[in-house]
Amino acid sequence: MPDSAVHRRLAIMADQHSVAVRFSKVSRHFGQVRAVDEVSFDIYDGEFFSMLGPSGSGKTTCLRLIAGFEQPDAGSIEIHGKPMVGVPPYQRDVNTVFQDYALFPHMTVGENVAYGLMIRKVPKAERVRRAEEMLEMVALGGFGGRRPSQLSGGQRQRVALARALVNEPSVLLLDEPLGALDLKLREQMQVELKDIQRRVGITFIYVTHDQGEALSMSDRVAVFNLGRIEQIGSPAEIYEHPRTTFVAGFVGVSNVLSGATAAAITGLPTAFSIRPEKIRLANGSGGVPEGCCRVQGQIESVLYYGSSTRYNVALEGGGELTVIEQNRETRHEDAQQQGMPVLLWWERRHNQILGQPAERV
Amino acid sequence: MTVAALRVGEVGRLSPLNRLSTFLYLRPRLVLALLLVPPLLWLGIIYLGSLLALLAHSFFYLDDYTAQVIYEPTLSTYAELFSSQANLLIILRSVLMATTVTIISAVIGFPLAYYMARYTSTRTKAFFYIAVMLPLWSNYLVRVYSWKVILAKEGVITWLFNLVGAGPVLDGVLNLPVIGGPSLSVSYIGTCIVFIYIWLPYMILPIEAAMERVPRSLIEASADLGAKPRETFRKVILPLAIPGVAAGSIFTFSLTLGDFIIPGVIGSSRPFIGQVVYAQQGTAGNLPLAAAFAVVPIAVMGVYLAIAKRFGAFDAL
Repeated sequence: MPDSAVHRRLAIMADQHSVAVRFSKVSRHFGQVRAVDEVSFDIYDGEFFSMLGPSGSGKTTCLRLIAGFEQPDAGSIEIHGKPMVGVPPYQRDVNTVFQDYALFPHMTVGENVAYGLMIRKVPKAERVRRAEEMLEMVALGGFGGRRPSQLSGGQRQRVALARALVNEPSVLLLDEPLGALDLKLREQMQVELKDIQRRVGITFIYVTHDQGEALSMSDRVAVFNLGRIEQIGSPAEIYEHPRTTFVAGFVGVSNVLSGATAAAITGLPTAFSIRPEKIRLANGSGGVPEGCCRVQGQIESVLYYGSSTRYNVALEGGGELTVIEQNRETRHEDAQQQGMPVLLWWERRHNQILGQPAERV
Repeated sequence: MTVAALRVGEVGRLSPLNRLSTFLYLRPRLVLALLLVPPLLWLGIIYLGSLLALLAHSFFYLDDYTAQVIYEPTLSTYAELFSSQANLLIILRSVLMATTVTIISAVIGFPLAYYMARYTSTRTKAFFYIAVMLPLWSNYLVRVYSWKVILAKEGVITWLFNLVGAGPVLDGVLNLPVIGGPSLSVSYIGTCIVFIYIWLPYMILPIEAAMERVPRSLIEASADLGAKPRETFRKVILPLAIPGVAAGSIFTFSLTLGDFIIPGVIGSSRPFIGQVVYAQQGTAGNLPLAAAFAVVPIAVMGVYLAIAKRFGAFDAL
């Protein structure tokens, strides 16, 4: 298994742009609601692709369109070059990890994992062996005889993953698979998921509303809003160069400045965003390099996070900026106090000029 | 210390009703006991008590000459019950009828229950609930007697069959041995039809409740893993509906087994257990034999419930 995975991975690297899933102007409407609105994108073979957005943004509908649980009202969907319109889920070479895991309660863990193999009439001895192998890969070796109800949330999540992966699909769909887990487990599973994806070399399409998850695991991220894609790019591109106000605000914390406030700082009224961790606090104007953006303000509130401290600063000319200061050299006692006047400054290159938000009718 | 003092002081200022509330709130076990005593008394004395009194009678016997019940423990009444071929036939007839009614009810009820649970909107679901339960709101006897008219030789069913030229089909069915008869209203077929009509809601509702608890994602997961709709039905939907079917069948089976009105009004006038119990304790005055007969459905239901339990019937109640 690891050997073939490596080969697969190499083959994919050689042919980076072989398309696993292609959406061409796909729409899906529910009554008046445009859940997915003329969306086009390509997902490449072997990549970890995240669909990120708030609830109702269309990301889950896109996933269900790929799985075949929904049919598009317009446009076309291809999986590995084959048109998928009118093809039912049971004839598609994709498998899904469901948000609620959807484990069959009347079967054991082993029977759950072997379900897809049983349907494909794989002989019993072989499917028992492969199910057990897959359970071992998700660190649940020996759990095959238990019932799903006897497992914890994290374990069920792994069983759902094993049940999908055992079929060796060309594309694995994950619908907010970590949503129901607590924070520690979620972080641990993020690392494991990424690791498993690297080992099996399968295309992962991952739906989440958690921007941290999307940034830490993905090769590329598509940011969804109101049934459309606002931006597709690598996590760094999305974070460092958000193209729209929505992306800037949804991915991470961001300050969006526009109009007179923007003009007072940069000399231009064009809207731009600046990440809170790029902004520095100074008590006087000494030590601020030439050519940097600077603005005077007054500390409105202080939130101590342990590793960092977050300030909300009211600007002199109106408006507000959020600043996050790492407590690398500073400590809680050193934090600026509420009501203190401060000078904020940052390097001009961190300013990200924003385009218009996606047009909506 | 100060908190406790404050609390005591506050309680002192409350009205008697408020103090009672506080008193009860702090003693949840007492509240539970107060709530449970009336239903337990009801169950214990009125229900179980009378049932035990009846069962006790099955171990007494009737003196044939004096027609008096002799209050001496004996198994002679049971011996009388099981030594008579006619009695065994009555038991067999009742159990077979209950089984048939249960199976046909499940087959008829399942698609409707499945449809209600899976495909209806809130409004249409309410409509179906009412439609299923509506017959239960009208008088049982009226419904049974109206079926006698429907099934009679001059009734609407015979008329309908003749209208479409299928009269010979009906005659053919009625000519079948044992289950046939001169007309539907005086055959086992008729009895069975009316039983199914009367008890069907008790089958549909538990199946619907069981299906309601199967998340859609399970069915999607099965399709996602390559199962065609037929396989999904066999491997996922049916196994998860079994508890509901079993729960519904407990109703249809036990209600059919004990009923004494329907076979009296519609059927071949060969007796069922319920009718014999009714006759023995009433006109014949043989309370011990009636009691022994009454034990039979209880025993059959005991066996049946043990089987149903293995199918997870009680998970769906």
